Amino acid sequence: MADLALTPATRTLPLSGAHGGSSVARLEPAAAAARLSLRARPEDVEALSTALGIALPVKPKTSASANGRTALWLGPDEWLVIDEGQGGLLQAAKDCAAPHSATDVSHRNTAILVSGPGAQQTINSGCPLDLSLTAFPVGACARTLLGKVEIVLLRTEQDAFRVEVWRSFSGYAFGLLAEGARDAAL
Amino acid sequence: MSAPVNAGAFRIKGAGRHTPARTARFSFDGKSYTALEGDTVASALLAHGVHLVGRSFKYHRPRGILTAGPEEPNALLDVSRDAARRQPNVRATVQEVFDGAKIASQNRWPSLSFDVGAVNDVLSPFFAAGFYYKTFMWPKEAWHKLYEPIIRRAAGLGEAPKEEDPDHYANRFAHCDVLIAGAGVAGLTAALSAAATGQTVMLVDEQPEVGGALHYDASTVIDGQDGYDWAQGAAARLKAMPKVTLLTRTTVFGYYNHGFVGLAERVTDHMARPDRDLPRERLWQVRAKKVVIATGAIERHMVFANNDRPGIMLASAARSFLNHHGVAVGRNVGVYTAHDSAYEAAFDLKRAGVSIAAIVDCRADPGEAVLAEARALGIDVLAGHSVTDTSGRLRIASMTVARNGGGNARKIKVDALIISAGWTPSVHLFSQSRGKLRFDQANQRFLPDIYAQNCVSVGACNGTDDMADLIDEAITAGGGTLALSGENRFEWTGGMIGAAEGAGPDTVVKAFVDFQHDVTAKDIRLAVREGMHSIEHIKRFTTNGMASDQGKLSNMHGLAIAAEVLGRPIPQVGLTTFRAPYTPVTYGTLIAHSRADLFDPTRKTPMHALEAAAGAEFEDVGNWKRAWYFPRRGEDMHAAVNRECRTVRDIGGVFDASTLGKIEVVGPDAAQFLNLLYTNAWDTLKPGKCRYGIMTREDGFIYDDGVVGRLAEDRFHVTTTTGGAPRVLHHMEDYLQTEFPHLKVWLTSTTEQWAVIAVQGPKAREIIAPLVEGVDLSNEAFPHMSLAECTVLGVPARLFRVSFTGELGFEVNVPADYGADVWKAISARAQGLGACLYGTETMHVLRAEKGYLIVGQDTDGTVTPDDAGYGWAVSKKKTDFVGIRGLKRPDLIRDGRKQLVGLKPKDPKDVLEEGAQIVADPNQPKPMTMLGHVTSSYWSENCGRSIAMALVAGGRARMGETLYVPMTDRTIAVEVTDVVFFDKEGGRING
Amino acid sequence: MLLIHCPYCEEDRSELEFRWAGEAHIARPDAISEISDEEFAEYFFLRNNEKGLTYERWRHMHGCGRFFNAARDTVSDRFLMTYKAGLPKQPIPVAEERAAAAEEKTVETWEATEGDAR
Repeated sequence: MADLALTPATRTLPLSGAHGGSSVARLEPAAAAARLSLRARPEDVEALSTALGIALPVKPKTSASANGRTALWLGPDEWLVIDEGQGGLLQAAKDCAAPHSATDVSHRNTAILVSGPGAQQTINSGCPLDLSLTAFPVGACARTLLGKVEIVLLRTEQDAFRVEVWRSFSGYAFGLLAEGARDAAL
Repeated sequence: MSAPVNAGAFRIKGAGRHTPARTARFSFDGKSYTALEGDTVASALLAHGVHLVGRSFKYHRPRGILTAGPEEPNALLDVSRDAARRQPNVRATVQEVFDGAKIASQNRWPSLSFDVGAVNDVLSPFFAAGFYYKTFMWPKEAWHKLYEPIIRRAAGLGEAPKEEDPDHYANRFAHCDVLIAGAGVAGLTAALSAAATGQTVMLVDEQPEVGGALHYDASTVIDGQDGYDWAQGAAARLKAMPKVTLLTRTTVFGYYNHGFVGLAERVTDHMARPDRDLPRERLWQVRAKKVVIATGAIERHMVFANNDRPGIMLASAARSFLNHHGVAVGRNVGVYTAHDSAYEAAFDLKRAGVSIAAIVDCRADPGEAVLAEARALGIDVLAGHSVTDTSGRLRIASMTVARNGGGNARKIKVDALIISAGWTPSVHLFSQSRGKLRFDQANQRFLPDIYAQNCVSVGACNGTDDMADLIDEAITAGGGTLALSGENRFEWTGGMIGAAEGAGPDTVVKAFVDFQHDVTAKDIRLAVREGMHSIEHIKRFTTNGMASDQGKLSNMHGLAIAAEVLGRPIPQVGLTTFRAPYTPVTYGTLIAHSRADLFDPTRKTPMHALEAAAGAEFEDVGNWKRAWYFPRRGEDMHAAVNRECRTVRDIGGVFDASTLGKIEVVGPDAAQFLNLLYTNAWDTLKPGKCRYGIMTREDGFIYDDGVVGRLAEDRFHVTTTTGGAPRVLHHMEDYLQTEFPHLKVWLTSTTEQWAVIAVQGPKAREIIAPLVEGVDLSNEAFPHMSLAECTVLGVPARLFRVSFTGELGFEVNVPADYGADVWKAISARAQGLGACLYGTETMHVLRAEKGYLIVGQDTDGTVTPDDAGYGWAVSKKKTDFVGIRGLKRPDLIRDGRKQLVGLKPKDPKDVLEEGAQIVADPNQPKPMTMLGHVTSSYWSENCGRSIAMALVAGGRARMGETLYVPMTDRTIAVEVTDVVFFDKEGGRING
Repeated sequence: MLLIHCPYCEEDRSELEFRWAGEAHIARPDAISEISDEEFAEYFFLRNNEKGLTYERWRHMHGCGRFFNAARDTVSDRFLMTYKAGLPKQPIPVAEERAAAAEEKTVETWEATEGDAR
């Protein structure tokens, strides 16, 4: 039994092995990432931006990326910060003296990458947002719905989106997107 | 050269727009026919001279094809590809023929031409309007058992398929600047105009091709060319524009609030062999900044005696069958009209070689232009005459014509009779948008008046009949500029609503107003005589306009007849409101993706697959699948749960508690906030400790409960019930944002961040000890209700010393992606020591043995902390918390409230039913005085008897009393006890 | 389906993302434990539920998560304005008020329009 204790646990992503999509929209689970739910008042945004090395966006529906980190505006005092690079995200927040809440949600969410010419159509099979490039340009983000589950949507490129979803809803989200991708191809 | 195909004896060479070489085979009531691609079922049957296609709803009268569009009330057929792909009540005038289609008539037995139900027609005096309201009143019980089944069998439409629908359906959300409903001249023009301004445009039409009225109207010239050809060209131009979406075979079925429009796109119903990936239908949920309604007008029938025989149809329909499908509806056709438009149908038929028996016009003064043309074509016009009757059993054979106001009637032989009472503007969508109509007295029609949304009606649906005016109106509606000319060959005049000559109040003839529901002019008059004076009452009494066609043909006639009998002007009698959907929409379309796996999310914990592999049975808890129990070979549920219950108390058990709601409460004012939201005090809780908390609503009733751990001065780990997680967070956010916004504290849902593995039982410590680093697990260093951040299997963890079993227990929280690995390690250790995996059922039993509460099971929203025996959890020192005032309400502090107590059945083998009522005296007369009810009840293997919890009036003062639980077959005597059944001293938890 | 302007997201979003949260501008009494039964009933149980102009709370549940206030005409379902939580009851802009008044006369409830065409 002692041997077990010596084998460190490894991350099993909820969508590991999932694949799907169509000729016009590719679906793939995103790589493991660190995520922070960050909450703070407007007067403390600057201090936190400095601490995290990324200018937290203050305009609705916008995001900012720097140093392998992306900060998504979710509400007037709320950001989702995703770190796919260096790590140290939690510690960086912890080191900031300004009052805030930084909560590790790395494992709460998982993400699905949707890309291809039918990506927008695929997401609109379940998402009520206007995803035209004028209303939802590259870099735009929003918490919204996909069918019956809540998602955070980020447009990473003209034809590419990142769909952040709570892990237990990810199977449903992936299934719905697969249906959407199939319909978008037609 | 292939042999010439027989696409029907009534095909007119050179007429129609279909390609003769492209054919499709289909069957109707078992007989095979050949159609041309582009035919509707109606046009294909008519091409073969088939007019009889159904039996009417109530009287089982033979019925034919009345229209050429979605307003069709008669020709409702059953269309199938195979057993599962079968759809009843399909309008033959909308359904396109596809190769291999099997089509059958409905509502007839044994056959369409000989139908036993037709006896209803002879018995019709007994089936007058409202007959079932009167006839089937007594005895009351007979309704369900006798009357309804018989009526349902005799009256009715098609039969729904019993197989599961094998097709799939799609959904799309879309946004646009302008949505245009209808792609006739008006819609196409508005679309071209709007597209020219650079707006995003959606142009939607229910037919396979654009053109609207141009399908039948072959005399209109647009932009110097044939109208229909212009329309196809315009569609091609629009399709090529990137900001324009053109959808055909798509119905705008609903116009809702704030520019929200529902579309149903029929994707494969017309295809012989659709690609399996294609959805059968696609639901579009469109948000349009502006809506242009260009839905045209629907021709009305004439209301006269026996106006429902097969072979009688709308003049525009006959024109459509001829000009679009190349089919003549007869060889010797009569015309009965009150409007000039029917003349054009006669002209077209005549030119195609069909003989016109006569045009019977009930007006004394038909339009000059059409009269002149009729004379030129040698067509007999009987102005000031009416058709007063028809003959022919399964198809019209003659019409009886008489001069208005009396005079000799004569029979004229016909094999088809085309009719027109004029045109009803299609104001359905305008009405759905909550717009208000006005009555156009001169033309006897309702028109859009006051708009409630950003929309505009153009063309015939707006009463704009002149082509040049219509084009101007449509260009303006689109917002752009456009040079476009158009003209009608004839200016139409005339129109009537109500019963025609020979079907007036002094008659008893069957002059049908509503074909689908078999409502006659006489029925409407009867309704008025019976005291129905509001059109809403008349409608419901007669069911006029209540069939699936929603009275597209019948509403105006019904209204006029009612107004006449009531002696009131039409606008005062009113019009019933049109509601969505415009035409029926399949359930498949409405639910779209929400079927099977996508019906609802199925939430699984990170350990789900491992639990399934270990043989778990799962139960649904909200959307979650939770391991219920882990049966071993040969065990039923009872045996498995008994074994799990024993093993946990004797050795230990491992339980997946991941679904427990978790909220991280962070900020300098975190403790102050929790003080306000829970009844307990939190500022006294030290970091590294936990406390059981109760949350009440403002009314003082228990809302949720859970263990709250303090990780640091400014950070709490709050747990909620599994089902309560979202609403508790919503409730907390509500108070934080709107009542206590001054507090510096933030809430984050962390339910899914953590996998939670509960390890309970005497050997719990021994099970986890080797896996845990960074915390001294001894009872002294880490007593009950402790909390530590540590590592488990090398990953960061939060370890709680808590128990919902009454045993020594821990809850290991690790980041969810590590859950599977940690579960594997812990369960391997546990099983090596003789412990077991256990599920929610065992969890429930073990907690009941200890009298622990489950919110929502032992409480129901009317239970205070004191009622539940948790008065100790309400702080007496705090000056405020949510519920503090509610708890002081007189009714909440009175004596005799229901309190949570234990029950022991006198026979220890009797397991009570949860929800069973409790009384003091089982022999009292009914209705008995109920003292309360059983909230939880189990067989307790550890106690060797059944146990129960119950809410009982004045329960805590009744300890030792005998009460009774009356069941249907017997009465069970129970003893009132304390809620704790096992380890009353509570020593085990501190092991 | 309604289209609701979220004052925090500064745009119109589908009703699907929102949750209605009852009448607005009902403040929790400061010394709530001291108030009388009548005052408590007034605060917690009794609502006006007026037909016509109503001030109500909504939460952009599946968006920014914020509660906010709205002035809505419950007859026409028209939103006259929305504004952030914590702000006092806002006066209705004149233009909106006029539009609402015009609508009030013409558009009755769904049911009441029946049998009442001009």
